[in-house]
This record gives sequence, C-alpha cells and structure tokens, in this order.
Amino acid sequence: MKYLVSVIDDTSNSATPDEMVAIRAFNEGLQADGHWVFAGGLADPSTATVVDNRGSEPMITDGPFLETKEYFAGFWIMEAPDLDVMLRLATEASKACNRKLEVRPLL
Amino acid sequence: MSVHDVREAITRAHREEWARVVASLTKRFGDLDIAEEAAAEAFAVAVERWPADGVPPGPGAWLTTTANRKAIDRIRRESKRDDKHKEAQLMYGDDPPDPLGVIDDERLRLIFTCCHPALAMETRVALTLRMVGGLTVAEIARAFLVQETAMGQRITRAKGKIKAARIPYRVPSAEDLPARVSGVLAVLFLVFNEGYLATGPDTDPVRHELTSEAIRLTRLIRALLPDDGEVAGLLALMLLTEARRTARVSASGELVTLDEQDRGAWDTALIAEGHRLVRERLASGVAPGRYQLLAAINAVHTSARDVRDTDWSQVVALYDQLVRLEPSPIIVLNRAVAVSELDGPEVALAAVDRLEDQLAGYHAFHATRAELLRRLGRSQQARAAYDTAIELAGNTAETAYLTRRRGQLG
Repeated sequence: MKYLVSVIDDTSNSATPDEMVAIRAFNEGLQADGHWVFAGGLADPSTATVVDNRGSEPMITDGPFLETKEYFAGFWIMEAPDLDVMLRLATEASKACNRKLEVRPLL
Repeated sequence: MSVHDVREAITRAHREEWARVVASLTKRFGDLDIAEEAAAEAFAVAVERWPADGVPPGPGAWLTTTANRKAIDRIRRESKRDDKHKEAQLMYGDDPPDPLGVIDDERLRLIFTCCHPALAMETRVALTLRMVGGLTVAEIARAFLVQETAMGQRITRAKGKIKAARIPYRVPSAEDLPARVSGVLAVLFLVFNEGYLATGPDTDPVRHELTSEAIRLTRLIRALLPDDGEVAGLLALMLLTEARRTARVSASGELVTLDEQDRGAWDTALIAEGHRLVRERLASGVAPGRYQLLAAINAVHTSARDVRDTDWSQVVALYDQLVRLEPSPIIVLNRAVAVSELDGPEVALAAVDRLEDQLAGYHAFHATRAELLRRLGRSQQARAAYDTAIELAGNTAETAYLTRRRGQLG
C-alpha cells in the first residue's frame, strides 16, 4: 500500500541545515526498512503553471490553481502495510522535517 | 415458546451477539460494510423465521452462519458486476471461519478500529455505537440530534476511509496500546456524558439509552482487558454516576444537585459494584489515572449517607492528585467546589475567578461562581452570573434549576 505524505508549510525551500540532516537520516531509515518509494521538495507555488486542455484549445495560466496561505512544500511517497505503520512513519517524518504533514492513501 | 419469549430471545441475541457477528465477519471478509449489512440481514431473517421455526439452540452460531451466507451472496452478486471487487474479496475469502473462543479478541479489534485516532471523534462515537453497540443509524442520529441521512453519510464515509486508507483491523501493538485504550475510553465516556447531561432544548435531560449503552460497552471492554486500571476506573465512575440518575432530576424536570438529592433513591447495587471496583484499584498499588481518580471522588460522595458526612478533605486531596495528572481548568473548577466546603466560599471564589480567561464560555463556570457569590451575600453579582449560566446551559433540567436558584436571590 502506498501513501502520499505531503509537507505543509507557508514558505518554500525553508528547511534549515539541521532539518536537512534530520530528513536525510530519516530517509536512509526509510530505504533500509523498505518504506521508501520517492520524495522531493517543491518550488514555491508562485512558480506553478496551470494547464487545461479539456476544451477546444489548451489554456496555459500562470500561478497555482489555489491561492492559500499554507501549501504543499514537499512530499514523500511511502510504502506501508497499513495506516498504523504509516502514521508511525509520518510521526517520525514530521519530527525530522519539523513541519505538519498530511497522509493520503494512493489508489 | 410464546411469541413474547421469541421476541425476547431476539432482543437478547441482538444485545449479546451483534458485535460478535460483525467482528467475525469483518475478520473473514475484511470489510466493515459487508459485515454490517450481512449482520443486519441475519437478524432480519431471525425475526422472520424464529417465531415459526423456534429459537435455534446456539443463536450466536446460527446468526454468524446466516450472516456469512448473506455476505457471500452479496460478494457473488457484486463480483458478477465487477471483477475488481472480486479480487479484493478473495484476499480474505480463504480464511476459514474462526473457532469460538478467539472471537472475544475480534470484538476488541472491532472496537479499536471504530475508535481509531485517524477518525474524527464524532465519527468514532457513531461508528462504535453502530458496529459494536448494534444501534441503528436512526437511533444514533436521534441520540445526537442530527438528521438520519447526515448520520448515515458520516458512517458511510468512515467505512470508506477505513477501507481506502487501510486502517488495520487489529489490536494495537504493545507500545500503542495505552494511548489507544485511552482513545476508546474517551469515546465511551463521551457517549455516557451525552446521555447523562443531554444537550438540546427539546430532549430529555437524561437519556438512559445512552448511559446504559456506554456502561454495557465499558463492561465489555472490562471483560476483554480485565487488568487495565483505567478501564476499571471508567466503569466504576459510570456506575457511581448512574446510581444517582433517578435522584438527579426532580419530578418537575429540574436538576437536583448532589447536596439536595434524596440519597435513599440512589441505586445501592450499582454503588456497591462501583465501590468494589474502586477498592480493587486501590489494592493494586498502581498509580491511578484520571478515571480511577474521578471514580474515587465519586466513591467518597456515595459513601456519605448524608451530605454533611462527606469527607471533603479526602475529595480535595483526590482533586489535587487529579490536577497534578491533568491540569485542566475544568478540574480546577470542580476542585474549587470541594474547597468551598472545606475552606469556605471566599477561598473558592478566588480560585474560580482565576479561571475566567479559560472558562468564560462554559456554563458551569458561571453557575459555580453564582452559587459562591450567593453564599457570600453578593446577590447582584450572583444574579449576573446566573444570567450568563442560563444563557450558556444546554440541558433543560439544568436551565430549570438555575432559573429557580436565580429567582430565590434576595
């Protein structure tokens, strides 16, 4: 079972050196224990572009599709057998990256 | 067997077997929705057939077998429609039905799944009452004053999340167990409190169906986790509170406070059972948690035949322990009430006034202040405090009581 773990923040690229060390150590643990799938940081929402090609012509628009105070600044995709294991990992991840997280199952 | 006896047998089977049937089907089919529906269908078949065929010798086994058959029917029906569904079901379909005896563990799994921390509190309450308590969606909706469709949706959404996010169907690991048990107890305590101090302008002040359901489920947890002190503590707390239920509301529907209650009307059997549990916990020598301390406070109150015999210093000492464990303003407020009996209203009022920032929106804060101000002869301020308390109180009996007390001010 795969879960998307989104990192919630109100600034981008704001991880301190200490946090980077903690995140790296956490990621190594994920890889060693078989929970790692993928992870990445996201650039600021102001760099986003919205593409909509549902109509007759593709529409390209500047900016995120939702303007919010808090947004996703990064993510993990983790492998876990169930939500209890996943929540334990997310609890550690939140501590390591020092941010609030949202956990959602992948279909 | 008369029609009446059969109906009674069905009611009893529902009370005793519902959770077992749902639990064993959830284990087998890995799906709460299928388990719930099949269990409901099995009981519907019982209602139809038992009057004619007689009550089977093992009603629980009969219901489980019937429900299993109903669940398999549904899965077959759906797998014809949707092959993907079939795959999901097959993961669990190979398990043989469990022998009797380990089923108690399954009820426990069911309770932990329904009270999972990833579900909202109100959802946990609804799901527990439906899956473990066997209440209908209509009954739960009525109990919490929401529309039946809204309650149905809440339960459906919860089942969807359990499945999609894969909330596991098992007893939590040893390291998670204490926190998870306390989550289950919080759900049961909430159900009990809603029954004991029902909110809403048109509801009965005390809703016995909720208090008794909470007690029944807590007894079940106690049977499953007999060594857990807080489980025993919560059960004792509920029993000692429930024992005073009939004395707590007057014939005219007004709240009767502890000091004015007819103690002869208290239920002595419930009190004896509650006291036994409190003594058992004291003898264990293990440091008590919040429910055990609350139960002990209630044990002191219910030990006094007359309110004047109450051992207030013991009550205050127990509240001191509770405050150290859980420094919540509501506990400090309740402690102040006991302090007023020991050290007088002036000392108590000073302690209460310090809570204003935190409790200004809580009716009991204003009601407590009003009583203390009355005792100090400060009628005008007492009246203002009663006004605010009446405005904030959601329970009809409490409002009636506060209104009378305000009317009696000089």
